[in-house]
Formats: sequence, structure tokens, C-alpha cells
Amino acid sequence: MRHYLRRFPVPLGLLAVWEAISRSGLLPAALLPAPSTVLASWADWIFATDGSSQTYSGHWLTDAMASLWRVLAGYALASLCGIAIGVGIGWSRIIETLAEPTLQMLRPIPPVSWIPLAIIWFGIADRPAIFLVFLGAFFPILMNAIHGVKICDRNLVRAGAMMGASQSQLLRHIVFPAALPSIFAGLRIGIGSAWMLTVTAEMVAVKSGLGYVLWDSYYFIRYDLVMAAMASIGLLGYLSDIGLKMLMRVVLRWQVATTVQGRTA
Amino acid sequence: MANIEIAAVSKSFLDPRRGADLLTLDRIDLMVEDNDFLCLLGPSGCGKSTLLNMVAGFEQPSQGSVRVGGEPVTAPGADRGMVFQQPTLMPWLTVWQNVAFHLRLKRVGRRERRATAQHFVDLVGLTGFENHYPAQLSGGMSQRVGIARALLMNPRVILMDEPFGALDEQTKMEMHGELIRIWERSRGTILFVTHGIDEALTLGTHVAVMSARPGRIREVIPVDLPRPRDITSPRFNDYKRHILSLLRPDEVSVR
Repeated sequence: MRHYLRRFPVPLGLLAVWEAISRSGLLPAALLPAPSTVLASWADWIFATDGSSQTYSGHWLTDAMASLWRVLAGYALASLCGIAIGVGIGWSRIIETLAEPTLQMLRPIPPVSWIPLAIIWFGIADRPAIFLVFLGAFFPILMNAIHGVKICDRNLVRAGAMMGASQSQLLRHIVFPAALPSIFAGLRIGIGSAWMLTVTAEMVAVKSGLGYVLWDSYYFIRYDLVMAAMASIGLLGYLSDIGLKMLMRVVLRWQVATTVQGRTA
Repeated sequence: MANIEIAAVSKSFLDPRRGADLLTLDRIDLMVEDNDFLCLLGPSGCGKSTLLNMVAGFEQPSQGSVRVGGEPVTAPGADRGMVFQQPTLMPWLTVWQNVAFHLRLKRVGRRERRATAQHFVDLVGLTGFENHYPAQLSGGMSQRVGIARALLMNPRVILMDEPFGALDEQTKMEMHGELIRIWERSRGTILFVTHGIDEALTLGTHVAVMSARPGRIREVIPVDLPRPRDITSPRFNDYKRHILSLLRPDEVSVR
């Protein structure tokens, strides 16, 4: 079997089993819609094929873009702050003593518990969602950036100092690149949290996006649309992780050549 | 004028278990002249690497002073090129980028960096491996990159901390030949730390023999042997016997 063909049997098999169960009438069709029904509703949601998704017909791109924008905005902010503060904490004792206790105290608070405050502060719109995405993605990125800097080989720093590097050059040319594998690990965990929190926020504090459609369809007992929304979120999350992996392969190409990862690439 | 002047240097570390200072180096005096190749020879734990690190500026003496080219050493700097025990190359840079790292820090343009790096890559015999990453190199090749990197800075002195310790015997011999060839061509000053008597006698114009705990210089021996040196010759063995007697004084006196 060709390498890429191996991706298909497991998901296709699961879909087939699901379709069979739905059609057997074991459960009412409204509670467990068949994949074919979900697909039809999804298609209408995207392309306005038969009007089965009613008010959402042909509205998918707008909904997806609304969610995507919130994810990207919150995630970009979280990456910027997480990497900058994380590298700072890892590198400088002073910054560590000043900032770390506060951040470590905020970290165990689940991002969703900020929802009431987020709504009070930012109202019902994009901003509370972006704020939640930021909170969700920030801490994994921060923790991994700190870790990446702390495990940087002291001898590499010595080698840099021997070649005449100033403190800022050590940070830029040695410590930061050395921390990049760890930073990317944080970025990949962060993108997962980002999608989770966008959807959560949209269920509660926003009136648009995939999460909103999901929750709204639940009220109207349209489980086919609920599932279509779930699938859309899964797909977009998967695609953003692929994008991140591609970026990683370029930035960390020195690793690809020599690690287990390179063997499967 | 001596290139490296180590004057009355002592170093003690705090031993946390006993809560007392542990004297590692005891009043070391050592001069390395221009174009000397001085091998610092001693058993492990005698403080020879500590002494080298003080010349490099990574550590400070508890007492005494270290001068390189007349200037007191206070911090690491590009006037002292170090070749480490482990190659310590930047794994995210290719061979030529590692060699030219010093120029990158000085903000030299890419084309000039590349051209200068090529000269030193050729010098250490790595032509054709310019674009390899360190993880794709053997131990011997990595150390060649480390040497090229130190040479490119055109330092006053080159400090080497058992750079061939992790290599197999054959590669080590090959590297010795290369190092001597490079040293003869560039007429540099080298301070080379080793625990191998053969290695010290193969390479050095001088061998400084150290004793352990606390580290002291027992003797600085000028090595007057023709190059390439024959490690099986009688005169080589005379030197070796003398060094052994310095390293194991008790055993000799018993005999």
C-alpha cells in the first residue's frame, strides 16, 4: 500500500460503522444523524445546495473566518508575549523573580473561568474571545519558552562568549535558536488550546463563528449541524497544526536531517 | 615578551559538603612565549582545565594574575580562541556558518563571511562539508570545525582543552599531524591541556608537568625532538621516562 493511502482506512471504517448504526434505527435519526445526513447539511451550510441548514445556508465561510480570525489574533498575541516573556524569564534572574510568581499563580486558573470578567470587560464581540484564546495559548507557550532557554547548553554560551559575543548577541544568536525546538513544542500545544477556547467563547460570549452555530443548532435540535460544526472545527484545527508543522520543518531543518522525525518526513 | 603570563595563581573552591575551601591550584607560575606550543600535562583533577579556563576568562583566580599579551584577563574574548573538550558547535548552523560565527557577531556581510570561512574550512581539510550540519559529522570532523572556528578569529593564543580526548587512537594521530601542520603554517601560540604523555610529547615545544591536589607545576620541560616526532625513538622514551618519574615520584623513590 502506498504511504499516503494508509491515512484513509481508519476514518473511512469508522464512518461506515456509524452510518450503519444510524440507518439500523437503533436510535432516532434526529439524535444520531448518519454521516451522509451530516455531510449533506454541511454541504448546504458551505455551498447553499438544498437549503437544509436553513438560516445558515451558504454561510459557512463567514462563520469559519470569524472563528479563524479570533484564533489567529489571540494566538499571535499569545505567541509574541509568551516567547518574549518566556525568554526573558529563562535568561534573566531579575525578570524571573519579578514576573514568575505572579504568572505561576495565574496559570492554574482555567481560562474559561475568566469568561464572566471577559464579558464585563470586553462585551459581547470578538474581544472577549480573543482574550480567552490569548489566555489559553499563552501559558503553554510561556512555559516551553522558559524551559527551552533554561536547558540551553552552557558550553554553547561559553563558546559564544569566547568568540566575543555581547550579552544581547548571546541571547539572539545562541540562546534563542537553542530554545526554538522547545518553543515550537509550546506553539503546537498552544494552537490546540486556541481552538478550544474560541469555540467555548463563541458558545457563551459571541454571536458568530463555528462555536455559535454549534450551540445555536443544539437549541434547534439540529444535531446534524452540531456535528458539521464539530467536524469544521476539527478540520480547521488540523489544518493550522499542519501549517505550524510546515513552518517548523523550515525553521528547524537542522533537526530534520538528524532526528527520528527526519526518518518519517 | 611572554604571550601568556600566569603569576602566582591560586584557586580554591568551596567544598559544600565540608563547608571548607578546597585548594585546587597552588601558586602556579607559568610563561608561554610567542609561537610556543605548551602542553599542560597532569592527572585528572589536578586543575589543568581550571587553569586553562582562567586564561580563557571563564573563571577568575582566587589569587595571582593572568595576563595575555600584557593585558590582564577579566572576561572571555576573541583574542583567545578556545577549542573545547566537546566540539560545542551550534547545531542549527552549518559547518561554514559555525566557522564564520565570529564574523557574524562582528556584523560582517554574508559574502565575505562565506569566503573567509572557506579558507579555514580548506585549511582543516573539510572541503566539501561546508553545508553539513554538526550532527552529520564524525567526532574528528567536529573538532576540525572547532579548530577552524578558533583559527578564524586570528587570536593571540589558542587554548585547547583535551580536544582529542574523545577520539579513537588513529583519528587522534591524524589530528596531531594536522594540528602541527596548521601550527607551523600559522606560527601561533598554543596552550594545550592533556593527560596523555605521548600526546604532550608528540605536540609540544614545551611540556609543563603538573601534580594533583593541590595542583602545582612540577617542571616545565623543553622538548627538543625533530618533527615529525617518532614516539618509538629512544630519545622520545627518555623524555617519557622522565615525565613518568615526575608523575609517580613515590614509586621511583621506592625502587
